[in-house]
Amino acid sequence: MFVLKLVLKNALRHKLRMVLTILGVAIAVTAFGFIRTILTAWSAGVEASATDRMITRHAVSFIFPLPLAYRDQIATIPGVESVSFANWFGGIYKDPADPNNFFPRFGVDVETYLDIYPEFILPADDRRAFIAERSACIVGEKLARQHNLQRGDLIPLEGDIYPGKWEFVVRGIYRGKDPSVDETQMLFHWKYLDERITELQPSRSGDVGWYIFRVSDPSEMPRIARAIDDRFFNSRASTKTETEKEFQQSFVSMSSAILSSLEAVSVIIVGIILLVLANTIVMSARERRREYAVLKTLGFRPFHITGLIGGESLLIAVFGGGLGLALTFPLSQAFSQVFATLFPVFRVEVETVALASLVAFVAGLAAALVPTIRTLRMRIAEGLRAIG
Amino acid sequence: MKIPLSYTWRSLWTRRTTTLLTLGGVTLVVFVFAAVLMLARGVESTLVETGSPDNVILVRRAATSELVSQIDREAVAIIRTHPEIAQTADGTALLSAETYIIINLAKKETNDMGNVVVRGVSSHAMELRAQVRLAEGRMFEFGKQEVIVGSNIREQFQGAELGQTLRFGDATWTIVGMFEGGGTAFDSELWGDVEQMQAAFGRPVFSSVTFRLAEPESYESIKQRISEDPRTQAIDAKREQLYYQEQSQFMADFIRAMGIVVTVIFSIGAMIGAMITMYAAVANRTVEIGTMRALGFRRRSILYAFLVESILLSLLGGIAGVALASATTFIRISTVNFGTFSELAFGFVLSPDIITAAIVFAVTMGVLGGFLPAVRAARLNIITALRSS
Repeated sequence: MFVLKLVLKNALRHKLRMVLTILGVAIAVTAFGFIRTILTAWSAGVEASATDRMITRHAVSFIFPLPLAYRDQIATIPGVESVSFANWFGGIYKDPADPNNFFPRFGVDVETYLDIYPEFILPADDRRAFIAERSACIVGEKLARQHNLQRGDLIPLEGDIYPGKWEFVVRGIYRGKDPSVDETQMLFHWKYLDERITELQPSRSGDVGWYIFRVSDPSEMPRIARAIDDRFFNSRASTKTETEKEFQQSFVSMSSAILSSLEAVSVIIVGIILLVLANTIVMSARERRREYAVLKTLGFRPFHITGLIGGESLLIAVFGGGLGLALTFPLSQAFSQVFATLFPVFRVEVETVALASLVAFVAGLAAALVPTIRTLRMRIAEGLRAIG
Repeated sequence: MKIPLSYTWRSLWTRRTTTLLTLGGVTLVVFVFAAVLMLARGVESTLVETGSPDNVILVRRAATSELVSQIDREAVAIIRTHPEIAQTADGTALLSAETYIIINLAKKETNDMGNVVVRGVSSHAMELRAQVRLAEGRMFEFGKQEVIVGSNIREQFQGAELGQTLRFGDATWTIVGMFEGGGTAFDSELWGDVEQMQAAFGRPVFSSVTFRLAEPESYESIKQRISEDPRTQAIDAKREQLYYQEQSQFMADFIRAMGIVVTVIFSIGAMIGAMITMYAAVANRTVEIGTMRALGFRRRSILYAFLVESILLSLLGGIAGVALASATTFIRISTVNFGTFSELAFGFVLSPDIITAAIVFAVTMGVLGGFLPAVRAARLNIITALRSS
């Protein structure tokens, strides 16, 4: 109890220094939390994958289409439940230089797609209106907010993969079942896409981007993947079938170099936290050499000295870490509002909070290490003689 | 009267541990700051150097990259006859109509899938790109299912050695040569005969057309000619360098924005670190300051001395940070460029303006971090300063 009181008194002796150190640690912890949040946001798609969904795409690359005829063949594989499909539309919305004008646009098989994605919650009226109209589309709530879209609004797109001018009417706005669901997508009728492209470029009629289906038993997934890929192996378009998670992961790992640089930066931040903290602790310990010598003379044990120095370090680390974490939330919030569609799901995860707390705590211990050892080794006479 | 610099220097030296810790903080911040700028510059320069100043690239209007562009045979035949295009010795237009396709290959290190560009080229492709030269093996033969690989592909991906075969499209392709793209985006591509590619992928159209201008000034005139002809009006002409710069834009901006946000946060941390150190320096030397004032040094001299100490500290940190960052020029990163959805290898590029920016950044931190403590030192009252212990 006595040590605790002394720790507090010690910490408050240089109020300005204390405040500055807490601020320094807080800012570094904020940066740490923010970067970890970017990292988790990057792989949000992987986390949000359902465990019972699989995706079949062209074996050579995702950009090559598969024939529509594969749908029925995939459906006959034992273990495969409902099959749906989608195409990546691409296209340009408004000014392409603004990254917020980029959001995923899929031509989907409207009858089946929403059944496979139960996490997209669409009001029954919207659903009916969407299915009834060929040029209708639905958008996620976050996307609708971002671009101020309402039911009945037109979304004009300039096609690139599918040339020409396109217009879609918003007939519904979906919500995600939980915060991990991407609410920035735009879905429309694959049939509409197919009809127009058939007119323009008959060779591309019936092109499907990828098939997505549910399986009855997730443990059967490897067998199903093999069965499908074997069936199409010698066809014109051979396939690659994988779990939705693997499919999403393949997109994340494309930028693995960027992700590892961010990881490296987050490690450097830990170094900075340590430096700021260690600086203060070393400084204080140096200034108080004489006091510690007196304490030793009075019979205080190494345990007490360790508690004094370590306690002060931990105190600063805990306050700085807490403040830093508290700041991470508004910063992430602001970031996710500015770049709403770039990172569809951007939130501070529990693991991030835990990791940042751990980092602050360990830094608090580590910063006290050298000054504590030094003080413990110091001979009393030497300490008594020390000046400032 | 000025306080000599050696005073400042010795003050820093006396408190070595603290000095080193503060220095370390500034070094790390400057390192990250410089490295981020270098990386963004690396992406830009890789792509900008991919374009040649006299070359023009044609893609379909509204296509943001070759990947989503289509140009039909008829249009290419028309464009080929335009007089602004340079001619080769045998009198044909110096032009290459190309296909641009992406295939997946597994990376050597991580086994992750990378998006690799397969470029179907015409016979003038090499002549159009002065940076590209064959380094090993031989050129692919037109009319055969052969490809040559860029140096980065061979380095980074599995199964891309000479003599090995790749299966994509409707065919099996033999790798017969390796080319160096001189650090450009071509290093991350595979090249083969455009006719073979079209046949194998069942796509009778081209993705892009690249040609050399006979006169660099005739760019506007051919651009107009193409957009006015009803048969080619859906095609957009761009100087090759500009085109590639646009491809790098998003990625470079992304890296830069992310980096700046992070370093600004960092720098506040480092500044606070410097401030703590300087405040402590002032507090510890109160008697010393009082003595100096008593000896006749002015307030202003004291202010300068402490400010110089802080600036010196941050300057050293800045230099160390830049030195550390310059070591990263040996690292090459290969990742998917968001703009083109394809693999791109690039490095950290250091330039004088980045060095300047990093040093200015460091010194600014020193000034901001040292100013308040220096003011406190300068405002100390002589009597109380001398009396304090």
